Amino acid sequence: MTVKNISLPVSDRKIIADLSAGDEVLLSGIIYTGRDAAHKRIVALISANEKLPVDLNGQFIYYAGPTPARPGAPSGSIGPTTSGRMDRYAPIVMERTGLCGMIGKGERSREVIDAMIRFGCVYLAAIGGAGALIAQSVVKSECVAYEELGPEAIYKLTVENFPAIVAIDSKGNSLFESGVMRWRKNSA
Amino acid sequence: MKRISVQTIADAVVDLCRRAAYDLPVDVHDALAASLDKEESPTARSIIRACLDNAAIAKEKQMAICQDTGFAVYLVELGLDVQIEGGTLQQAIDAGTERGWRECYLRSSIVNDPLFDRINTKTNTPAIVHIEQVQGDSLVIHLAPKGGGSENMSAVSMLKPSDGVEGVIKFVTDSVIRAGGNPCPPVIVGVGIGGTFEKCAFLAKKALFRKTGAPSHDLRYANLEQQILASVNQSGIGPQGLGGTVTALAVHIETHPCHIASMPVAVNLNCHAARHASMTL
Repeated sequence: MTVKNISLPVSDRKIIADLSAGDEVLLSGIIYTGRDAAHKRIVALISANEKLPVDLNGQFIYYAGPTPARPGAPSGSIGPTTSGRMDRYAPIVMERTGLCGMIGKGERSREVIDAMIRFGCVYLAAIGGAGALIAQSVVKSECVAYEELGPEAIYKLTVENFPAIVAIDSKGNSLFESGVMRWRKNSA
Repeated sequence: MKRISVQTIADAVVDLCRRAAYDLPVDVHDALAASLDKEESPTARSIIRACLDNAAIAKEKQMAICQDTGFAVYLVELGLDVQIEGGTLQQAIDAGTERGWRECYLRSSIVNDPLFDRINTKTNTPAIVHIEQVQGDSLVIHLAPKGGGSENMSAVSMLKPSDGVEGVIKFVTDSVIRAGGNPCPPVIVGVGIGGTFEKCAFLAKKALFRKTGAPSHDLRYANLEQQILASVNQSGIGPQGLGGTVTALAVHIETHPCHIASMPVAVNLNCHAARHASMTL
């Protein structure tokens, strides 16, 4: 299997359309973190037609809340959190911001997958529980919004060769279905 | 009577926090390494290798294995001949947890109120402390930091006695399948059977403190652990839920006598970063 290198933010949506479920990718460039509390605030701003603290057009959002970095280190441990908790927020964020991709762990709802197909988004799985390993790909990390939320704040990460797997592609193909069925050995 | 000060306990808890967060226990590491031979999917094998690499990096760089450094859950064996001086056990453990979290750069993941405020306490306290009284003059403290992703996939079912062994296997297997990739498989499956509603939930948690893969002392339950493990690993869920033949590393069952009308069963899943550390004072 070939590993695809992706530069973020993406310059052309075709790059997203060319990704298929099961592809391994290495991301380099900018990624924004955001989890439950930040999503709640972003969606409240979208609903009120107010300006967001970050421009998500062409960007990837990473569902993650890091540990505090040691002095001098670019980042603490920073693995993905469960994406399903952001399912109720994700469709409107995709529709209204031009977001290109989401990175997290675990399955997404039908509504999220439908929105991904409609707005040409991809969902990547980072390896949950590998926060120290993933931190090695973070070159720089700065808090850009909601600092008072601590680990739930929005961080702008500069990454080099951040490892992930295409879990659900922009056509709606899901490794959570095809991968699991491929290896299922009973009729459960 | 052995006297142990709150300060002594707190100092020891700080060290426990550091060890639990940075050092993947040998039993978990070995179970993960052994699973490479059982896993048939190439993608899944590369995920397991990444988890092992992650543990090595965490240990070398003294950083958290996982950014979700968890709810600090303690199981304490309190000797009858131990007297704690200067405060309560909860105060001692909370003081140690707060310092441990701060000094080791761990993530504060606790909010003050579950529904309305949800303001981060910034100390990762209060800790959850379960106390069991035992004979003797030792104070044994076990810490198993518990991540939210795996904890959220817990389940309890008040099965009927007539549901039997098959009912237990089905409920546990279905719970693991429903959890999918969310609890960061390959998981360790803690199962509590018997007692009451809250007792079986505690037993499922207590099962996760056991050394990975160590069988139940009761042969019948040891066999059931293997049956459930086989059933779970046929599900295809695999590492991270992306498909594979290793969904769980181990199944641990703890039991308790129960009411003639009941057979409660609880499932508490632990992620592959199954952190635990113990110490004796």
